[in-house]
Amino acid sequence: MNSDFLIQALGYLAAAVVFVPIAKKLGMGSVLGYLIAGIIIGPYVTGFIGQQGDDIMHFAEFGVVMMLFLVGLELEPELLWRMRSSILGMGGLQVLITAAVVALLSLPFHMHWKEGLALGLIIAMSSTAIVLQTLNEKGLMRASAGQSAFAVLLFQDIAVIPILAVLPLLAVHSVAATGADAEKHTWISGLPGWLRTISVIGAVVGVVLAGRYIINPLLRIVARTRLREIFTATALLLVVAITVFMEKVGLSPALGTFVAGVVLANSEYKHELESDIDPFKGLLLGLFFMAVGASVNFNMVASKPILIVSLVMSIILIKALILFMLGRVYKLGMDQNLLFATALSQVGEFAFVLLSFSSEGNILSKEVIEIMMAVVAISMALTPFLLLFNEKWLTPKLGCKIEEKVEEEVTVINEKNKVIIAGFGHFGSTIGRFLRANGVTPTLLEIDSDQVELLRKMGFNVYYGDATRADLLKSAGADEASILIVAIGNPEKVLEVVETAKKHFPHLQLLVRAKNRMDAYELMDAGMMHIYRETIDTSLRLGQDALKMLGFRAYRTKRAASIFLKHDEKSLKTLAATRDDLGQYITTARERMEEQEKIIQTDLEDMGLNRDEAWDSESLREEAANVER
Amino acid sequence: MAKILVLFAHPLLEKSRVHSKLAAAAKKVKGVTFHDLYEEYPDFDIDVNEEKELLLAHDIIVLQHPFYWYSAPPIIKQWLDLVLEYGWAYGRGGVALTGKFVLQVVSAGGKQELYSPEGRNRFTFRQFLTPFEQSFRLCHMEYLSPYVIHGTHRLSITEIAEVAAGYAQLLTALQTGQIQPEQLAGENYIDGVKGLIALNNSLHEQ
Repeated sequence: MNSDFLIQALGYLAAAVVFVPIAKKLGMGSVLGYLIAGIIIGPYVTGFIGQQGDDIMHFAEFGVVMMLFLVGLELEPELLWRMRSSILGMGGLQVLITAAVVALLSLPFHMHWKEGLALGLIIAMSSTAIVLQTLNEKGLMRASAGQSAFAVLLFQDIAVIPILAVLPLLAVHSVAATGADAEKHTWISGLPGWLRTISVIGAVVGVVLAGRYIINPLLRIVARTRLREIFTATALLLVVAITVFMEKVGLSPALGTFVAGVVLANSEYKHELESDIDPFKGLLLGLFFMAVGASVNFNMVASKPILIVSLVMSIILIKALILFMLGRVYKLGMDQNLLFATALSQVGEFAFVLLSFSSEGNILSKEVIEIMMAVVAISMALTPFLLLFNEKWLTPKLGCKIEEKVEEEVTVINEKNKVIIAGFGHFGSTIGRFLRANGVTPTLLEIDSDQVELLRKMGFNVYYGDATRADLLKSAGADEASILIVAIGNPEKVLEVVETAKKHFPHLQLLVRAKNRMDAYELMDAGMMHIYRETIDTSLRLGQDALKMLGFRAYRTKRAASIFLKHDEKSLKTLAATRDDLGQYITTARERMEEQEKIIQTDLEDMGLNRDEAWDSESLREEAANVER
Repeated sequence: MAKILVLFAHPLLEKSRVHSKLAAAAKKVKGVTFHDLYEEYPDFDIDVNEEKELLLAHDIIVLQHPFYWYSAPPIIKQWLDLVLEYGWAYGRGGVALTGKFVLQVVSAGGKQELYSPEGRNRFTFRQFLTPFEQSFRLCHMEYLSPYVIHGTHRLSITEIAEVAAGYAQLLTALQTGQIQPEQLAGENYIDGVKGLIALNNSLHEQ
């Protein structure tokens, strides 16, 4: 094996292992950790990876390709439809306004309007990877800022497709000049603009058709072999093949895999594909961010510091202002709007993709592209700092100051409230309403500040903040409370809250929400006694009604459901125990299926209802008949 | 035209031989409101106001149930506990049900002979029903002679069909006024297996 490769791998892995945990510890998020690691091993600090940064970058773009494949897989048509107004409205307006504003502002700088527009479209992109990862880590995805950000990012992700198709039309430099960078031979590089546009659309249609008629049947055949590694290999092959094909056509591979992902979103192998690709994506994305860090041309930055700095500042400012305005239009609260605007104010990884596409198509000049590469990378690197700045300075200064208001009332509240509910979404709010209807007023913790404002107006004792923080639990009265209800939707957050509560407030009785059986297992491992799976009661209630509609007696279905529930809880405990014995985690769809099979088998064993000996028993009747005869 | 409310309680009707037929027969009688308690309240969560209104809207209340452990299925007890409220059905000002009639229609596995001081069950059927009788008396209601179907374990399918038809005849007669409820008052005991014949006989004896 090439020792150069191993030494490089050593450098990347070591940098990641050192800097990512440090960044996380400092509350900066893993993306910034990777970026710093990249800058440190890059040519301008330690010089460890020298000039290969660009090659690495090219290789690591594969992480983005995989990420888009997963984004595509996750895109459910229903979700798109449900969010259509925020996706099209917020997302569409964001991209269009940003592009238009940038195009207008570039006119005085002797740029053709076409160049300006191309630049504007590129700058409109935000970083899905950074924003989603950061918001997820902070548990803010469900907050209204998180939802809005997701909608806008989704639109941008999808908009990449038409933008890639439109960019060739914006070329102002003559096609003849292409000769200079002929190092990339694509099948369509010699074609005129309009033909390239058609090819782009044709390639996308090709991927859609292949996804439907080739890939899914292929997956079925491979799955039947029951060889796990072959399935993984197929998943990788799929992504790699699409990437190569797209590159040959001169298209963004990210676009190709994204489309393939969308096509496969309804496939029965969706989850298997996800869990197979996910680890590769994580590592390669890390590599991508390191490469971005390493590829920032500090020499150029140093030669034109004022230009670069003012470009970064003005781009971030323009994007943030437009986003803020949109947030206003779509009625985000002040806190949420500030978060929304700062979170999306950077230029994203798609910009790299679009920039490299532009350079191949001579849409933008080499100089502009080089400057923009640095600007984009710097703006991405600044994101965590901007968010910190927003959290520590901007929101406290301009926001609704909910936390301060809450602080004043602490002493009053915690004397009375013995119950704390962490997470006040649909799940928690029902619990809260029920308790309050029975004269128990719980203290609520919620991370969505808009929601907090609303609930406060309705007279609930709501604290804004992250329930995984011990200090927040303390100020919510955890010392005096007797019950903590963890009703947060994100299972990882739930586990974190449980750990925090166990450590700092061992006297609390914990009642915990679980998404499903897998969650319940983990919560059992964490020593939880009161675990409530979200859907089990509702599903059984629905099942009862179905039986009733089939003519079953109400009382029988009621008893059947309670027996089933008890039986299910018991089997949950049994299976949790055997799982521990095996010492293994159930992670894949197939293993989940096997467990399902075990569960169903025990369901079929007599659960007691069918041999009901109470009331009108056959045997009693026979005996009575015999006695009297 | 008397309005009849049948309060029916059977926890396992799907396995019942007798009550499934009785219930089906009762449902077909015009002017009878058939109220299936286990079907309505599988959680024992009885809607008191609704039940009160039903009671007020009817003249004759029929309590139809099997005889378990010398008593009624538990939902009947729950019903009594919740619906017959102090100050409404009994006690000070509790006169809402005054003058209404109660007829208990009960099925029992054992034959009639077993319910006597000499028999295995040591008490008469009427003695086992005294808690019900007294409860309704306390609510100023008229407790009619219970209609008892004995020996259900040994009834054949055709016999059960006859018993059901007899029960339907009784309800019809009460509904149309062919039989006045007052005629069923007293310490009598109607053998439901013999149906309307037994009833007519006992009426003639009086």
